[in-house]
Amino acid sequence: MIKNPYKTVFFENSPSVISTYSIVGEKEANGNLGKHFDQTLSDDRFGETTYEKAECKMLSAAVKGAIKKAGYNEKEMDLFVGGDLLNQIISASFTARDFEIPFLGLYNACSTIVESVIVASMAISGGFAENAVVGTVSHFSTAERQYRYPLELGSVRPPQSQWTVTGAGSFVLSGVDKGYPSVTSATIGKVVDYGVTDVNNMGAAMAPSCASTLVRHLKGTGTRPEDYDLILTGDLGALGSKIFDKLVKDDGFDVSLNHVDCGDIIYDTVESEFQGGSGAGCGAVVFASYVYPLLKEKKINKILFLATGALLSTVSSGQGESIPGITHAVCLENL
Amino acid sequence: MTGKNAENTNREYLEYVSSVCPKTNEVKTLFHAFWVGGLICLLGQAVRYIFIYVFGLYGDTLAGATSIVMIFLGSFLTGLGVYDKIGKYAGGGSIVPITGFANSVVSPAMEFKSEGFIYGLAAKMFVIAGPIIVFGVIGSVGVGLIYYIKGLFL
Repeated sequence: MIKNPYKTVFFENSPSVISTYSIVGEKEANGNLGKHFDQTLSDDRFGETTYEKAECKMLSAAVKGAIKKAGYNEKEMDLFVGGDLLNQIISASFTARDFEIPFLGLYNACSTIVESVIVASMAISGGFAENAVVGTVSHFSTAERQYRYPLELGSVRPPQSQWTVTGAGSFVLSGVDKGYPSVTSATIGKVVDYGVTDVNNMGAAMAPSCASTLVRHLKGTGTRPEDYDLILTGDLGALGSKIFDKLVKDDGFDVSLNHVDCGDIIYDTVESEFQGGSGAGCGAVVFASYVYPLLKEKKINKILFLATGALLSTVSSGQGESIPGITHAVCLENL
Repeated sequence: MTGKNAENTNREYLEYVSSVCPKTNEVKTLFHAFWVGGLICLLGQAVRYIFIYVFGLYGDTLAGATSIVMIFLGSFLTGLGVYDKIGKYAGGGSIVPITGFANSVVSPAMEFKSEGFIYGLAAKMFVIAGPIIVFGVIGSVGVGLIYYIKGLFL
């Protein structure tokens, strides 16, 4: 183990991402990336009686889809790592109930997808698992009711707000299959809180943590932003991205040319989504549907995926606490 | 706030954030709220006239009947999934009238029905309207006291 002051994690036996699967709601399907998703729902309830059940079914379908696309079956998966936004991460836990795969449930809000990739990669690289499946999900209607107001309430969304993505994304990682994009290094985020208390302004709450993790990763790996074909952030949104670019510039790096935010690109209208998408499924579905195929087809060869999360709850914000942010980074490249 | 929290607060950053945050266009939103809110009140007045001139109601019965019709309309449009769309456009204009109050009771009732009729629908029904009722009652007690004291001297 190489000691690194920036705590960068290098994967000596780098695991490969061998397949991805994405499933989204109608609004996402009508967005910029519509044709890239594996499956789209015409019904936000996915044939279930409640939105929570639908969310769980979406993750289940994504995990099944990713395993199938990888050409494996459930029994060959040694680990399932995932999470979601609901209290006690019920969607991921109840999804795990559908599978006979050992399960690690994680919660780091919307950064859970990269957190899951890091945990799975560590398990594979360390020889504790051969194949692992990761997945996260979010649903607009379940998030609204947990964090905000009932759907039918005639309330107004402020212009700095974002729209929770209805979507589930899942990836299969393998230590045995080679020739696929590999996870080569990662930086586990530190919780950063600059005192933003506006629960509608997640982008501003998360941008400092995103800049902090990016700078740590660049310094820890001795790379520059231009060494990456793409610096992909999770759900900073348009406003958060602007703040992030500025913070990174203050630290002496320029990401304005190759930084893309999943939340910023997922929707094509900015009517009620305002700053773009957010949610645990946001980064997962954009990576699974659009970015991963580019990597696999070698149109791009090295990316840094930074998933951002806002670690608040309705209790903490009710008690006047500010919103701590966290960002995990993972580098994927064609070796 | 915990000590750690206050210590982390980065004033400079927060000022920067508020300088780049998009602002609500108040002229536009106030205009929307004004005309939609006004229209709802006009509708209420029309209902009132119908009760006066067609049904011959007056006094408390008239006020009650008018409120019932407006509450029904607010609830019905909430059930049809229309009121939240009006609310998105009109903001305060559709929240303040009694139809908005109906919306704030019916919308959580619909939302939490999935957790059962007692602990879901009934228990969560006043999640949003509860504070309005509490402060409404406190306010009315205050006004009542003022009238009572005024009555002692005049």
